[in-house]
Amino acid sequence: MSTPLRVLVAKVGLDGHDRGVKVVARALRDGGMDVIYTGLHRTPDEVVAAVLQEDVDVLGISLLSGAHMTLVPRILELLRAARAEDIPVVVGGVIPDEDVDALRGLGVADVVLQDTPPDEVVRRVRAAAGAR
Amino acid sequence: MFDDEAIERVNEARAAWEAQELGDFLKRQPESRDRYATRSGLPLQRLYTPDDVADTPFERIGFPGQYPFTRGPYPTMYRGRNWTMRQIAGFGTGEDTNGRFRYLIEQGQTGLSCDFDMPTLMGFDSDDPRSLGEVGREGVAIDTVEDMERLFDAIDLENISVSMTINPTAWIVLAMYVAVAESRGYDLDKLSGTVQADILKEYVAQKEWIYPIRPSMRLCRDMMVFCAERMARYNPINISGYHISEAGATSVQEVAFTIANGIAYVEEVTGAGVPVDRFAPRVAFYFVSQADFFEEVAKFRAARRLWATIMKERFGATRPESMRLRFHCQTAAATLTKAQPMINVVRTAYQALAAVLGGCQSLHTNGLDEAYAIPSEEAMKLSLRTQQILADETGVTKVVDPLGGSYYVETLTNQFEAAVREILAKVDEMGGTIKAIEAGYFQQLIADSAYEEARRRARGEQVVIGVNKYVEPAAPGAVEINKVDPDVERRQVERVREVRRRRDQPRVDALLARLVEEARDPARNLMPATIELVKARATMGEITARLREVWGNYVERPMF
Repeated sequence: MSTPLRVLVAKVGLDGHDRGVKVVARALRDGGMDVIYTGLHRTPDEVVAAVLQEDVDVLGISLLSGAHMTLVPRILELLRAARAEDIPVVVGGVIPDEDVDALRGLGVADVVLQDTPPDEVVRRVRAAAGAR
Repeated sequence: MFDDEAIERVNEARAAWEAQELGDFLKRQPESRDRYATRSGLPLQRLYTPDDVADTPFERIGFPGQYPFTRGPYPTMYRGRNWTMRQIAGFGTGEDTNGRFRYLIEQGQTGLSCDFDMPTLMGFDSDDPRSLGEVGREGVAIDTVEDMERLFDAIDLENISVSMTINPTAWIVLAMYVAVAESRGYDLDKLSGTVQADILKEYVAQKEWIYPIRPSMRLCRDMMVFCAERMARYNPINISGYHISEAGATSVQEVAFTIANGIAYVEEVTGAGVPVDRFAPRVAFYFVSQADFFEEVAKFRAARRLWATIMKERFGATRPESMRLRFHCQTAAATLTKAQPMINVVRTAYQALAAVLGGCQSLHTNGLDEAYAIPSEEAMKLSLRTQQILADETGVTKVVDPLGGSYYVETLTNQFEAAVREILAKVDEMGGTIKAIEAGYFQQLIADSAYEEARRRARGEQVVIGVNKYVEPAAPGAVEINKVDPDVERRQVERVREVRRRRDQPRVDALLARLVEEARDPARNLMPATIELVKARATMGEITARLREVWGNYVERPMF
């Protein structure tokens, strides 16, 4: 393989559920990717700044607070404003089915729900990166 | 528990059984695995006999309501009084949650439990930019004491106990609770309930925080001291393993970290000169009831014995009430699946049974829709009925500690206790709980356990029905989803702004200045000043912001 994929995984909003994001980060790293984890409670502005600074191939966003329909669109908007909308965004967490479709409609590359096995997360992040 | 002669007879009989019945049977039909272990990894034997408990003196098991409380905190347990059925609720505004409270009371619930929204938990007002999209979503939105009045409207707080699940801002919510009680003329000594206020497990697991560890511990101390002096029946802390488990810890780690946190709180308050027997009787606990049935029963029994021993031997407590561990229990949300949601009811029922056989004092059974959203009214009713069936139909409440004396359960209780003690010894070696948290010790162990579990599930070694076994195609619309009113945020924002406009601003400013002054003196108790502030309609966000100027923010080093 060529250079490893660089992935930023981010926790946005105020919720502190970081079990999933840490499992995903470790699975991606074990899957051969370069993984940067923002830590908790990041704002959309902080996340997009990190995306640009770290020059990543994929952005993964985790949130379980129910605020995804507010915060994810904001991140997509900021990415567009920074002309970085070609960076695929993958969302994970507790997301109701109807919002999964809505997020895809807004331009999210994939939505990975709870109970997705680690290897499948790796596969789907790679697929999202390949589709750019 | 048995004399040598009896054990000798048992072991002879066992040897004969192994040679004949067992040996022959295994030749025909081998067992399904080479090794058996609990979910935490404690090794299990095929079978337990008196030999396994021969070295356990009966005094270690003892009697309920008596040291070391292995068999329960009270002598009669559910024969005298059933556990409190305490379903948690919280969403939208104070009125919305008040409606759910009243519904649950009508359905036979016997205690209240309140969840707050993320901005309230983290100390942001509803109109703060950080609150956008989160107001009233995961719990009720509370900005000022007026929201608290609406939350408990027409609920008699002298006659129902209220548990409030809140941590970094717990002292402000407690101040609001006191303010509401005083405005209604209640006797503070008659109020029963609990405020979680367990900040240490936030740094370890749930990750809600504002200030660095040490000033946050001071706030916990202030609440404990205030309650010891003013609220005789109120639990000012609920030391919680639940979130530690949900974050990925094993049950052994859950209890070990929780008790390590408990030790730190007791040290904090005794360090301020309060005798241990003054406040320890009001210290309460909160554990999960996980999926491994017998390990959970053993866990609750071992936790009681551990705490009793530590309070007596380490802290020199003399009152039995100081050594008696009482706990709230919640079934394990992380075991619930989005796939085939109806089967979550079954999982929850077994977990609830383990909690009851383990001797919980109050119980929340999760909704079947937990993996989708906050629970609907119907889901909560079904969960409550699950508890009511346990209490009124199964007959398990008739005898105290019905599994006590089982060779297996007693042995597992001993094993569990020993495994917890090993971790506690390591924490002591590291210089105590706060040092261990600062070093990321607990956090790393939790992340490791979570990752290992995810791998075991992916390999099918840990069976999750509907996810890695007996999988069915997804059925959209399988459960009714509780909808959050999209207008809640706007209404709550208007409300807090309106309160700021009409209050006595110079008085609020003066009280905030006084709070900052008192915060600079670590010996001062901040509860009285905070109560004055909330009465003057200061908002939660204003109070937390002013103290940030004094104490700064907690910053976690991100790791995975």
